[in-house]
Amino acid sequence: MPDHGPLPPPDPDRVTPPEPEEIITPAGGGAMSLATSEAETLEPVSGKARSLWSDAWHDLRRNPVFVVSALIILFLVLIALWPGLIAGGNPLTCDLAKAQDGPAPGHPFGFDAQGCDVYTRTVHGARASITVGICATAGATLLGSVLGGLAGYYGGWWDALLSRLADVFFGIPIILGGLVFLSVVPSGSLWPVVGFIVLLGWPQIARIARGSVVTVKQNDYVQAARALGAGDRRLLLRHIAPNAVAPVIVVATIALGTYIALEATLSFLGVGLKPPTVSWGIDISSASVQIRNAPHMLLWPAGALSITVLAFIMLGDAVRDALDPKLR
Amino acid sequence: MPQQHHEHRPDPHRPDPHRPDPHRPDPHRPVLLDVRDLQVEFRTRDGVAKAVNGVSYSVDAGETLAVLGESGSGKSVTAQAVMGIVDSPPGFVTGGQVFFRGQDLLTMAPETRRRLRGAKLAMIFQDALSALNPVLSVGTQLSEMFMVHEDMTRKDSRAKAVELMERVRIPAAKDRVNDYPHQFSGGMRQRIMIAMALALEPDLIIADEPTTALDVTVQAQVMDLLAELRREYDMGLILITHDLGVVADVADKIAVMYAGRIVETAPVRELYAAPAHPYTRGLLDSIPRLDRKGEQLYAIKGLPPNLTAIPPGCPFNPRCPRAQDICRTDRPPLFPVAPGRTSACHFWKETLDEGQR
Amino acid sequence: MRANGDAVLEVRDLVKHYPLTQGILFKRQIGAVQAVDGISFDLRPGETLGIVGESGCGKSTVARMLVNLERPTSGQIRYKGQDITKLSKRALKAVRRNIQMVFQDPYTSLNPRMTVGDIVGEPYEIHPDAAPRGSRRQKVRDLLDVVGLNPEHINRYPHQFSGGQRQRIGIARGLALRPEIIVCDEPVSALDVSVQAQVVNLLERLQKEFGLSYVFIAHDLSVVRHISDRVAVMYLGRLAEVGTDEQIYDHPTHPYTQALLSAVPVLDPGARARRERILLTGDVPSPAHPPSGCRFRTRCWKAQEKCARVVPPLEIPEWFEEGSGGATHPSACHYAEEREVVPGEGGANGARDDGQTPRS
Repeated sequence: MPDHGPLPPPDPDRVTPPEPEEIITPAGGGAMSLATSEAETLEPVSGKARSLWSDAWHDLRRNPVFVVSALIILFLVLIALWPGLIAGGNPLTCDLAKAQDGPAPGHPFGFDAQGCDVYTRTVHGARASITVGICATAGATLLGSVLGGLAGYYGGWWDALLSRLADVFFGIPIILGGLVFLSVVPSGSLWPVVGFIVLLGWPQIARIARGSVVTVKQNDYVQAARALGAGDRRLLLRHIAPNAVAPVIVVATIALGTYIALEATLSFLGVGLKPPTVSWGIDISSASVQIRNAPHMLLWPAGALSITVLAFIMLGDAVRDALDPKLR
Repeated sequence: MPQQHHEHRPDPHRPDPHRPDPHRPDPHRPVLLDVRDLQVEFRTRDGVAKAVNGVSYSVDAGETLAVLGESGSGKSVTAQAVMGIVDSPPGFVTGGQVFFRGQDLLTMAPETRRRLRGAKLAMIFQDALSALNPVLSVGTQLSEMFMVHEDMTRKDSRAKAVELMERVRIPAAKDRVNDYPHQFSGGMRQRIMIAMALALEPDLIIADEPTTALDVTVQAQVMDLLAELRREYDMGLILITHDLGVVADVADKIAVMYAGRIVETAPVRELYAAPAHPYTRGLLDSIPRLDRKGEQLYAIKGLPPNLTAIPPGCPFNPRCPRAQDICRTDRPPLFPVAPGRTSACHFWKETLDEGQR
Repeated sequence: MRANGDAVLEVRDLVKHYPLTQGILFKRQIGAVQAVDGISFDLRPGETLGIVGESGCGKSTVARMLVNLERPTSGQIRYKGQDITKLSKRALKAVRRNIQMVFQDPYTSLNPRMTVGDIVGEPYEIHPDAAPRGSRRQKVRDLLDVVGLNPEHINRYPHQFSGGQRQRIGIARGLALRPEIIVCDEPVSALDVSVQAQVVNLLERLQKEFGLSYVFIAHDLSVVRHISDRVAVMYLGRLAEVGTDEQIYDHPTHPYTQALLSAVPVLDPGARARRERILLTGDVPSPAHPPSGCRFRTRCWKAQEKCARVVPPLEIPEWFEEGSGGATHPSACHYAEEREVVPGEGGANGARDDGQTPRS
C-alpha cells in the first residue's frame, strides 16, 4: 500500500454492502454489533460446543456394543471390589466330601475337585483377573506411551535405539518368556505376573504412541506453537499428547482383554498366580484334568474368563469406532 | 470494452473457430447427458444436508460444460450422482432423472450401469496420486483396462497403453510405461489419469477439479490437452471447478451452482461480460486482477449456508446486496434471460443492466 | 541488492539444503535437496513483499526459516541488524514475538482440542510479560473482534467454524503479541473464492491498523499483485526477479516470470484474445539435481551455452539503464528483456496504468 491513510471512499458505481472488513476500531460499540451480526447470521454449525471427546461420547452412548460391554465391565469391577455382594461364602472353605458334586441348593455351579464352591470361586476369581488386567495395562501404557512418545517427538538416535529395543521384546515368545521369567522370580503374588506382562506389553503401546506422535507432530498447529516460542514441555503436553492419545487408548483397551487372558494362561501353566490365590486360570488348570467326569468345574471359570476378555475387546472396538476420525 | 447486449447473438470473433457450435440441433438422437431435477441429500447426525436440490443440465457430444461453484455448492456431488458413486449411506439420490443417450441411469439395473461406467462415462479426479494405485506401474494400470474390458492380450494391451500415453503427450512414453505413479510429476500423473479415462473412448468425461492441484504453468498444459482430446474424440466434457479463470478458455457454457442449486447458466463470454445473478457478479468481482492493482477487493459478505438449514426463499439472500423481501420468501426459479441463458434471481434484469462490465 | 539501513528484515544468501541420506543407523549423506540456494532480500517497515513461485520452488522453506521453524544451512536473516539464525534460545524467544506466521491450512493449523480462547490466548501464556494474567481474556475478545469474529464464541472449538473463520482465528493468534512482521504462507489458497477476498481485505486492514510488514507467500499471482508492494519471483530455490508489483507484472524481464504471468488464466475474452501465451515445456527439475548455471535454462526458450555455464546474478542488467523502457529492476537472466504478457482488461492499451499511484 502506498500510504496508511484512511480507506478511500467506496466506488460509487459498485454496490458495496456493509461488510465486516470496514470495521476499523477494535472493540468499538458499533463495530462490535456489526461483527456480531455477521458471525451470528453465518453460524455454520449447531451452537453446542463439541469436542472430539464429547462427539465420541455421543457416538458411544448410542452404540449397543459399547453399552453391553460397559455394563459387563461395570459388573465385573463391582464384584472384583466387593465379591461379598453376590457371593457371601469363603472361596477357601472347602469340603472334600462334596468334591466334584453337581449343583446343589445354595451352590448353583456345583463343587470342584477340592470340594470348594465353584460359584464362590468364580466370583472371587474376578478380582485377580481384573487387578492383573488393569495394573498391567496401566503399567504398559504408561511406560509405552512415555517411551514411544519421546522417541516420536525427539527422533534421532533415541528413536532408533528405542525401536530396536522394542523389536527385541517383540521377539520374545510370550509363553516361553513367561515360563522362564516367572520361574526364576519368587512368585505366587500378583506383582511378578503384572511386571512380566508390562515388560512384554509396552513395546506394542510404544509403537502406537510413537507413530501417533510422529503424525501429530507434523501438524501446523504444533508448528504454530513452536513459532510462538513454545518449549518442548508445552508442545508435548498441550498440543501433541491430547491429539495423539486416542489410538493409544484404543490399543490399551483391547490389550486389557488379552492381558487378562494371558494371566489365566500363565496361571494355567503353573507359573502365574498360585493357590491359595483364587484365579480363573488356576481353576481352569485344575478342572481341565477332570473335564470328562465334571465339565461344570471347567465351564464356569472358563466362561467367566471368555466373557471378560470379550467385553474388553468389544469395548476397545467401540472406542476405536468412536475415536477414529476417518469414520466420521 | 465494447458494450455487449445480453440478447444472444452470434459472435463475430469467437476465440476458437474450430469449436463446434454448442447449440447445434440434432433431432435424430437424444442429447448425450441430460440431468433433470436431480436431488441428493446426506443424512448425517447433524440433520439432513440437502447437497443437491433440483439440478438440471445437459451436455451434448463435443460440448464442454463448466460447473462452477464453491465448496459445498453441490457441484461434485451432482457429478458423483451422475456417475453413481455417491457414498451411500450417508448420501441418497432422492429424486430426478439422469438420462444418458435417452436412458435413465437412476432406474437402470446396477449391473448395466456399472458396465457403462468406465466404458461410456469416465471421471477424472483432482488428486491423481491417490486415484492411481501406487504399487502397480502405470503401464499395468492402463493395459489392465484393455485386458478386462476388451479381452486384449497382454502384449497388445501394453502397446495400446504406450499409445495412450503418447496421446496424452507424455514424453518418452515407451521408456516410462513401467514407471510407478510416484515417479511422475503432478502434471504427468494428471495426464495418466486422463489417459485412463480415455482408454475405452468414453462418450462423456467428467473432470472434477482436474487442475486444482497443479501449478499454473502446468494447469494451462493440462487444460489445453483436455480441450484438444475433447475435440479429437468428439466427447462431451463436464468440467467441475471453483476457478472461473481455468475454464474460461475451454468451456462452451457455464452453470454456476450455489447451495445445491444452479443459479445461473450462460455461454462463457456472456457470463463474463454481464453476469445475471448477484452471486456470479460477486464472484467475478472478488477475484483480484492481474493487470491492475486496484484498491480494496469486493468481498461477498458472509459464508455459504449450512446445507442442513438452507435459508428460505433465495438461498443467496442473506449475502446478497440486492435482497428484498421477496427474496426472503419466494424461491426464484431459473428465469430465461436470453437464448441459452438463465438466472435464478428475482432481479436478474437489474443485475444484468448494472453488470455491463 | 544493496544494504538497506531501515529494513526490518534483511535476508542475505540464505541457503537450505536437506541432506539425502542412506542407511538406518549409520547414515551416509549421498546428496542434498537444494530447497533454497542463496537468496537475498529486504523487507521494509509497513510494506508487503510477495514471494511467488510454483510448488517445490522453496518459498515455503523460506517462510519457515524466517520464523525460525527451520535452521538455515548458511546465510543470514537479520532482524533490525541482529542475525536471528545464531541466537540463543532465550534471545530467540524474544525475537519471535516480533515475527509471526499465518499458515496455509486453516484446518490443521488450529489445535482441535483447544477452544478458540485458548488458541488465541496461548501466545500470552508463552510470553507472560506480554499481557498481565487478568487482562488476557479481554485481550483475546478484542482480538476476535478485530478479525471480525464474534467475541462470544471464545469458548467454541475450531471445528465449529468454517475455513474462512478459522483463518481469522489463525490471524488473531498471529496478531496477539503485536508483531512487526507477519509471514503469511499461502494464507488464502485453501479458501473459497468469495471468502478469499474477505481474508485479503482483512490482512490489508490489519496492516494499516497495526503498521505490519508482511512477507506474503503464494502461488496465485493475482492475489500477490493485489496485496504486495514488491514482488520476488522464485524458481527452484533461487530468485529470478525482484521488483515493485508494477515492474514485475507490467514490465517482466525474466523469461520465467513472463511464462508464469502468461499462464494465468484471463477472464476477459477480449484480453484473452490479445494476450500471448508462453507454454513452457516439461516439468520443474528435481531440486536434488538442479541444472548447472541458470536453473531455468532447461525450460527456457532463450537458453544459450552461457546459461549452462554461468549462474546469472540477480542484479539490474546494465543494458536496462540506458533504455527508456519501464524495466529498471534486478533480474537473474543473462538475456533479460522486457516483454508485455499481461494484457490490460477492459481496453486494448493505455488503460493499464490509470488510477495508479507510482510506488517506490
